[in-house]
Amino acid sequence: MRRKLTPYLLALPGWAWLALFFIVPIAGMVSLSLTSGNIITGFHQTFNIGNYTEALNLYSEQLFRSLFYGLSATLIAIAIGYPAAYWIAFKAGKHKSTYLLLLLLPFFVSFVLRTISWKFTLSDQGIVLGTLKNIGLLPTDFAVLNTAPAVVLGLAYNFLPFMVLPIYAVLERMDHRVVEAAHDLYASRLQAFLRVVLPISLPGVFAGGLMTFIPTTADYVNATVLGGPETTMIGSIIQTQYLVNNDYPIAAAITFVLMAVLLIGIFSYARALGTERVMEVQAK
Amino acid sequence: MGDPVTATTEAPATPTAGPKTEAVPAISLSGVTKTFHSGRETITAVGHLDLDIEAGEFFSLLGPSGCGKTTTMRMIAGFEEPTTGVVRLDGDDVTDVAPNHRDVNMVFQSYALFPHLSVAENVAFGLKRKKVKAAEIKRRIDEMLELVELGGHGKRKPSQLSGGQRQRVALARALVNQPRALLLDEPLAALDLKLRQAMQIELKRIQRDIGITFVYVTHDQGEALTMSDRIAVMNGGYVEQLGTPAEIYEHPATRFVAGFIGTSNLLTGTAANPTSDGAEVRLDCGQHVLIGQRLTEGERADLTVRPEKITISTDAPDAGLSRVRGTVTDTVYLGSSTHYTVRLDDGTEIVVYQQNARDLSATDVTTGRGSEVWLSWRPSHSYLLSDSPQGGPHRA
Ligand SMILES: Nc1ncnc2c1ncn2[C@@H]1O[C@H](COP(=O)(O)OP(=O)(O)OP(=O)(O)O)[C@@H](O)[C@H]1O
Ligand SMILES: [Mg+2]
Repeated sequence: MRRKLTPYLLALPGWAWLALFFIVPIAGMVSLSLTSGNIITGFHQTFNIGNYTEALNLYSEQLFRSLFYGLSATLIAIAIGYPAAYWIAFKAGKHKSTYLLLLLLPFFVSFVLRTISWKFTLSDQGIVLGTLKNIGLLPTDFAVLNTAPAVVLGLAYNFLPFMVLPIYAVLERMDHRVVEAAHDLYASRLQAFLRVVLPISLPGVFAGGLMTFIPTTADYVNATVLGGPETTMIGSIIQTQYLVNNDYPIAAAITFVLMAVLLIGIFSYARALGTERVMEVQAK
Repeated sequence: MGDPVTATTEAPATPTAGPKTEAVPAISLSGVTKTFHSGRETITAVGHLDLDIEAGEFFSLLGPSGCGKTTTMRMIAGFEEPTTGVVRLDGDDVTDVAPNHRDVNMVFQSYALFPHLSVAENVAFGLKRKKVKAAEIKRRIDEMLELVELGGHGKRKPSQLSGGQRQRVALARALVNQPRALLLDEPLAALDLKLRQAMQIELKRIQRDIGITFVYVTHDQGEALTMSDRIAVMNGGYVEQLGTPAEIYEHPATRFVAGFIGTSNLLTGTAANPTSDGAEVRLDCGQHVLIGQRLTEGERADLTVRPEKITISTDAPDAGLSRVRGTVTDTVYLGSSTHYTVRLDDGTEIVVYQQNARDLSATDVTTGRGSEVWLSWRPSHSYLLSDSPQGGPHRA
């Protein structure tokens, strides 16, 4: 009897934590998203579904933009992060940890500071664009800041470690002899990669994708620092509604809309990649 | 050995005939060396190899850990490029050919199965790369899984198999391609004794049935002796001796081989009274033994004699035999046989295995601990040992 209970008892702190810091606040927010009123007169529970329709009507543009930016940033992070992780895991030999550290070093600096330094780097007369303009390689009115690419690149850069680390972890843990086995069984280097390394590392790409896509879609710092009025993301809207307009119900409603959209996205993503297969390899 | 050969066009060379047959060797290494550089250190993994492996042969590379067995095999498979020398498969120089273009397959020590693919997909991998037709692939997979007795397991993942089953998948995955040679790197090392013995018989059966050349790496001398047609005993990157299991066991060529294969007694002395067909060897303890090999007067001689070739007795043996006197210091009764340890005057210990043809339960005071006994053996049963590997330059 005691044996049977032990796992549940051990899980108790975890459950308590979840209840206290996840379920309770979420329930509070759900309730808040259905209230009416304003910050001065107070918010009253009216089960006002209107908050949701308003959120969708007013901010669907920013919502879709955010999803698009998040997806683009995630794809860029895969394109940069996968080769980096692959190289460190397979080619860096005994210097693996050095390269990992070098990769992570910039991220010891605060997120906001890092983004601001990007702003300086990419500014119209900054070290990169200024130089290129001075030597005539770029037209003088060329700008990166305040454009969608600036925001997307900022997002991809800021969340790169979340992509690299999970991919690196699977590649590192994988038995490197299977690559030789593939060569032995007549696979070219490309075939060995496509048929063996890539499928085995998919769980890492899956995890990295989630860990990049979710925070980039909800991010507002990059859009605020690197973007302009045309690149506002849904995170900025939520932040403004909360902290500037103090319209808590709308802010809460947008939050849940975003959450629902992300969940749908994640589930379709998991289905497309075949979670079952992904999880199975991971469990091994 | 007279293997019943089936299903191959090329008849395997009779292994006992040695490497001097007319046919082109299936695998041939000439003057192959391999050095690795790690930091400032240079590691000689393979010192100098000249090997010819005949088609259809079960050939073993046997030696202690680190002697270069895996490196040799990886050079045959194409994963390592020899520092010098030439690798040939069926006479074709493949030294610079990539592994995926070599018609040999390897069974890895760790199996290296593809974890994301099912058993059947693992086995199909090589055939798919070779663009074999789907129907043909299916037929060959079924046939191969049947051969390794994994008939109903095609849909399972490697993680759902036992160690022995994984081993057989690895074997099937390589064999299904019908390579010219199969390279097996300690394929049974991870299995427990019972399973290992069962798999040894299984491997030997499969090799006989399909007649493919097997190159088998092992550091287990028993495994090599029971399975192989020929064995290359390696040490420190060199081949110490090449021969059939019986040749290697009965006539060890070097000190190392005598010590590594089975138990052997080592005696040292100086040659005396050489004749046309032998000599006496005056042992360091002062006694004389006979040897059937040529020696020159005064030459230092190391000789070896296997424990089971020695007869233990209380009466003085025939003068035509090698004979020494000593004191029994230890006896171990093993039922069918008894192992004696006998000490000579100078402290040399000699191990003797004696079949228990007599009933020893009544009284055995004659050869019990502390008794003075005679040991004798035929001069042709002791062999001179050399120090340095035959193939290459002398190496400590
Ligand atoms: N890639 C490498 N880099 C440096 N040294 C190596 C490398 N591969 C092998 N060696 C060295 O070469 C020698 C022979 O190694 P090898 O793996 O061929 O031994 P082995 O006979 O297969 O031993 P074991 O029975 O332990 O598997 C060893 O001293 C080993 O340390
Ligand atoms: Mg090895």
